Amino acid sequence: MQNSTMQSASNPVYRKRLLMHKIGITLSSIAMALGVFFLMWILLTLLMKGSSAVNLAMFTESTPAPGSDGGGLMNAIFGSFAMVGIATLISTPIGILAGIYLAEYGDKSWFGGVTRFVTDIMLSAPSIVVGLFVYAIYVANVKHFSGWAGSIAISLIAIPVVVRTTDNMLGLVPASLREAAFALGAPRWKVALMIRLRAVKAGVVTGILLAVARISGETAPLLFTALNNQFFSSNMNQPMANLPVVIYQFAMSPYDNWRELAWGGALLITFSVLGLNILSRTLFNQKTQH
Amino acid sequence: MTTLQDNQQKKAIEIGGLNFFYGTTRSLRDINLNIYDKKVTAFIGPSGCGKSTLLRTLNRMYDLYPGQRAEGSIIYNGKNILDADQDINLLRARVGMVFQKPTPFPMSVYDNIAFGVRLYENLSKGEMDERVEWALKKAAIWTEVKDKLSKSGLSLSGGQQQRLCIARAVSVKPEILLLDEPTSALDPISTVKIEELINELKEEYTIAIVTHNMQQAARCSDYTAYMYLGELVEFGETDHIFMNPVKKETQDYITGRFG
Repeated sequence: MQNSTMQSASNPVYRKRLLMHKIGITLSSIAMALGVFFLMWILLTLLMKGSSAVNLAMFTESTPAPGSDGGGLMNAIFGSFAMVGIATLISTPIGILAGIYLAEYGDKSWFGGVTRFVTDIMLSAPSIVVGLFVYAIYVANVKHFSGWAGSIAISLIAIPVVVRTTDNMLGLVPASLREAAFALGAPRWKVALMIRLRAVKAGVVTGILLAVARISGETAPLLFTALNNQFFSSNMNQPMANLPVVIYQFAMSPYDNWRELAWGGALLITFSVLGLNILSRTLFNQKTQH
Repeated sequence: MTTLQDNQQKKAIEIGGLNFFYGTTRSLRDINLNIYDKKVTAFIGPSGCGKSTLLRTLNRMYDLYPGQRAEGSIIYNGKNILDADQDINLLRARVGMVFQKPTPFPMSVYDNIAFGVRLYENLSKGEMDERVEWALKKAAIWTEVKDKLSKSGLSLSGGQQQRLCIARAVSVKPEILLLDEPTSALDPISTVKIEELINELKEEYTIAIVTHNMQQAARCSDYTAYMYLGELVEFGETDHIFMNPVKKETQDYITGRFG
């Protein structure tokens, strides 16, 4: 009776709300379409300009000398893999342990508060500053660029990402689950590692994958640390080729085959990062379905 | 209040002059109460009366949170567990707890049980298998999960999860079980199963249960404590409390005229 008039379309309050809803949905859809449009544009341009460079030679030959034909990106792909891999090995344990510290002890302590604050600053710090920092304290002292310096620089970028996600994820674990473990007489470190961390394992792994995705495309920190290497080198103590810096140098070059390789490298990085993101998403969704 | 029983029953826990503080707020006032061995003691009272707080002092769960503290004495095995030198992990291994919401660990059904056992015992694979089966049988859930031991504990239904949590609490062979509204998140059928379980478990364990459900207190407890605003209003045998309460407040609460 009362109800039917309240819900009918003739109710002015309801009509107004319906209108607001339509306006809101329209605005959101436009914003979404705008974002997707540019993303697709970038991806399609990459595909069109870069796919011609993707061939066997890209993976089997090193970057060509100026003026020479052909060539590939093997040295840069290897260098990127090596440095990102080492940076991941450095930043994962540090990041997870720091995240656990913050989640377990960070709420009340002064040190925890400062760590959280500094982590947030590091998250948004320009990556070129990180590169210059490593240049100043490491490269300038040993007096040569190296793969190690590059790894250190990008791990400094990855650590805050891992710390933040680990801290956030652990914060989602309900207090009752921790209490249940404590109620069995479990010591704190076991509760933290075997119950709390385990409960959000998928989320923490997602954080690591996102950190890897983030550092695989970083150019600025490598420019001052790993520099580049025209030749294949697996010596971490020497300047090391890497995809971002090669793209940076080749894209501006006057040689056609260099520019084509730059597009190919850009395509490779973008789709690797895309793949990592999709992987982390599916992993996270699968593990949190229960 | 019930000095008659005091002489006849063996006491598992003696609470004397217990006060509890959340920061500066006093939420338990001078509680004096005995929890009797191999009996079920129910704590009833309106929300916020301090019954859960009282339960959480018995295994010092409040210790996890800075700013919460208890004063007075809780004598268990001849020792005041509120003393600073009490080993809290050992205490909690002796005084098990089951919570309002089921809290299965994010691991297999088997490991949910084995986790607690491994904390204090070094069992062979065979012994552990036996212990897991024993605990799951104790919690009347063995037939339902015996084919799903490697499945995640989170994949069970709510009622099964809660019985898994009871099995987990029982598996470390505690002396006392604290049940904090163990059925309030469950459907009626699961509730009946848990209540039947409580009746069986009291043969071997001392049980303290907090409940909002008056019938539940009447059905499965031997002693009942009625609390209000952080004070113990009345404590005695469940039959007495429900049939013949001494205090008018207790009667009002039990008959639903208050609450």
